[in-house]
Amino acid sequence: MDVVWFVVLAAFIFCIGAAGVLTRRNPLVVLLCLELMLNAGNLALVAFSRMVGNREGQVFALIVMVVAACEVVIGLGLIVAMYRRRLAIDVDEMRELSG
Amino acid sequence: MTAGGWGWLVVAFPLVGCAVVSLAWRWLPGRSAGWIASGAVLGSFGSAIGALAQLQDRPAHERTVVSSLFDYFHTAGVNVDMGIQVDPLSVFMALVVSGVSFLIHVYSVAYMSSDRGYARYFAYLNYFVFSMLLLVMAGNFVLLIVGWAFVGAASYLLISFWYRRTTATRAGLKAFVMNVIGDVGMVVGAFLIFRETGFLDYQHVFAATDHAFAVNDGTLVAACILFLVGAFAKSAQLPLHTWLPDAMEGPTPVSALIHAATMVTAGVYLIARLHPLFEQAPAAGDVAAIVGCATLLFAATVALVVTDLKRVIAYSTMSQIGYMIMGVGSFAYTAGLFHLMTHAFFKALLFMGAGSVIGAMGGEQSLDKMRGFRRAMPFTFVTFTVGALALSAFPPMSGLFSKDAILAFQLDRGGLYAVLAIVGYIAAGITAFYAFRMVFRVFFGDPVEQAASLEAGELWHGEHFNPATGEAEDTDVGFPGPEHHIAERERPMRAAMAPLALLSIVGGIVFIPGVTDVLERFLEPAFEDSRLAGQQPSVGAEWAGLVLGGMLSVVGIVAAWRMYVYRPGITLRIRDRLPRVHDFLLHKWYFDELYDALVVRPALAFGRFGQTVVETAFVQGVVIGGATSVVRAGTELARAIQNGYLRTYALVLVIGLSGLGLYFLLQSS
Repeated sequence: MDVVWFVVLAAFIFCIGAAGVLTRRNPLVVLLCLELMLNAGNLALVAFSRMVGNREGQVFALIVMVVAACEVVIGLGLIVAMYRRRLAIDVDEMRELSG
Repeated sequence: MTAGGWGWLVVAFPLVGCAVVSLAWRWLPGRSAGWIASGAVLGSFGSAIGALAQLQDRPAHERTVVSSLFDYFHTAGVNVDMGIQVDPLSVFMALVVSGVSFLIHVYSVAYMSSDRGYARYFAYLNYFVFSMLLLVMAGNFVLLIVGWAFVGAASYLLISFWYRRTTATRAGLKAFVMNVIGDVGMVVGAFLIFRETGFLDYQHVFAATDHAFAVNDGTLVAACILFLVGAFAKSAQLPLHTWLPDAMEGPTPVSALIHAATMVTAGVYLIARLHPLFEQAPAAGDVAAIVGCATLLFAATVALVVTDLKRVIAYSTMSQIGYMIMGVGSFAYTAGLFHLMTHAFFKALLFMGAGSVIGAMGGEQSLDKMRGFRRAMPFTFVTFTVGALALSAFPPMSGLFSKDAILAFQLDRGGLYAVLAIVGYIAAGITAFYAFRMVFRVFFGDPVEQAASLEAGELWHGEHFNPATGEAEDTDVGFPGPEHHIAERERPMRAAMAPLALLSIVGGIVFIPGVTDVLERFLEPAFEDSRLAGQQPSVGAEWAGLVLGGMLSVVGIVAAWRMYVYRPGITLRIRDRLPRVHDFLLHKWYFDELYDALVVRPALAFGRFGQTVVETAFVQGVVIGGATSVVRAGTELARAIQNGYLRTYALVLVIGLSGLGLYFLLQSS
């Protein structure tokens, strides 16, 4: 099967993820969409790796998954902490960093 | 020790004295600060004698010793050593400066003893002597200018010594500004010399002068005129003289030190030191001679009408310096320096006597209020009269020989110089008149209240006031101290005045035409390269000049006697008959008014213009206002972007990444 199909699929998934990050206000969903974007990248890496015929791309994909897992741990921890402190679970409410 | 080593000691002693007095003043009891400072200057004098002995041991043509302590700076093409030059000229000056300075220090020990700024005074005084000796001993233009500027700063500090007197601080400022004009001339002149010859030390510059410049070369004349600006500013010659009379606001021994013996003679020394340059540019020498002549006449006429005792002596100083500048400007170096030496003796003596009289008057300086101190102050009367006799060139005082050495030399050169000499003789008669105007008005006539109380054994202590304006003062630091001191009651003051009186009488012995020529033989190695080295008027001509000078002096003294003692009141009638002339002289030929209109007022107006237009409107409005508004607008923009919405940041990130990706895609296709 041509590598183009895989790459197009990856691009679709990436765009869905990006759109979700930009439009959704629930941090949980934003985190999920972020995962979608990362996995779109993983798919592209694996596809290119298969096309070229070496395994380094696969290894990269595994490392990205580990990093993503760590990130999810932190992100979920933050969301739980927000919930515990009875803050609104809404990224637009969290804007104390504005200048 | 070598001559160079002694030369360094000459400079080092007063510096150490200044450091000791200014650091340890808190622990110096009573008059010890004054004695330490005097000792330092005495050390200088001893070292100068040491250098003299070393020089005299050498053969005549090897009496120029250059000694370098370390490199001041060596960069591309500019080599300056921390170097001094010990030769007959610098040793002569060092002897005069340190010797007279020592006596003035001793005088000050008593005279300033009740002043609250006693130690500060002696620290300044030592600093001044150090600067002056550095100026004299310097072996290159850079050190010369350093010493030159130090002297200006020291004179500022000393003139404004009583810093709570506004008249004194203002006089100090005036002196400083005038001196800085001279400093600028010096620096630019030295630069011109450096540009043409490539050297900054005397020996190399003088060796290169004849190749680098044609006679009366434009650049050289310009450089010499610039040096003259420096010399005129320091030596209070026309048209930069106005600071000297005002500088009398300082304590009287300061006037004796700075404005009689040392600083004001720096210009004379400068011309003598740079004589190879001036001889290659005789036009500049003529300028010096003419300006000196104009000054000596101007100052002598003003001294006729001024009523402030110290100011009369100040104008007489200007006049006598005029003689010296005229002498060295027409290449009569030995004569000019001879007059410098005798003048240092008798003028310092006159100032000291004036200080004693002012002490007896309780700070009052006006001649109008003084009368009849002859019996009350016998010692001051005798010494002051000796000084006045020497000033009026009465035979056989030292002043006669030195003044006539200059005038005879000029008559001998003829032409323009003969005209200058005739003016000099006329002014000599005026000099004798105003010198004895002081003597007769201060010491003769019915004793005033102060003199009478002193005769009864009571030193007058009136109210404390500013002698220039009459304002009441206290005696705290920044004003004169509570006690007044007179020579009759203070041994150090007498100890300083007696040797000066003796030297004023016999100082001429070193150079009597046809009899002795010690001074000439001593200074000869320094001036052997002079074009007029061998030229001396004949002994007969010199003696004719001496007789003429002596007669003029007697005429002047007798005229003063007739006007002020024999028939007092003549002067009032003359004043009433010639009110215009009197006004003209009393306003010092309107020089201050002229400068006020030409320089001071425009400068003030310009300053005000700068303040209102340039500073307020342009700098604060446009420059500062513009810069702040740009920064403020920029920060507003940056704040607007940072809105805190996470999604906005993400969107910016995505747009940026997409843009970057698009760019690379377009690039690769």
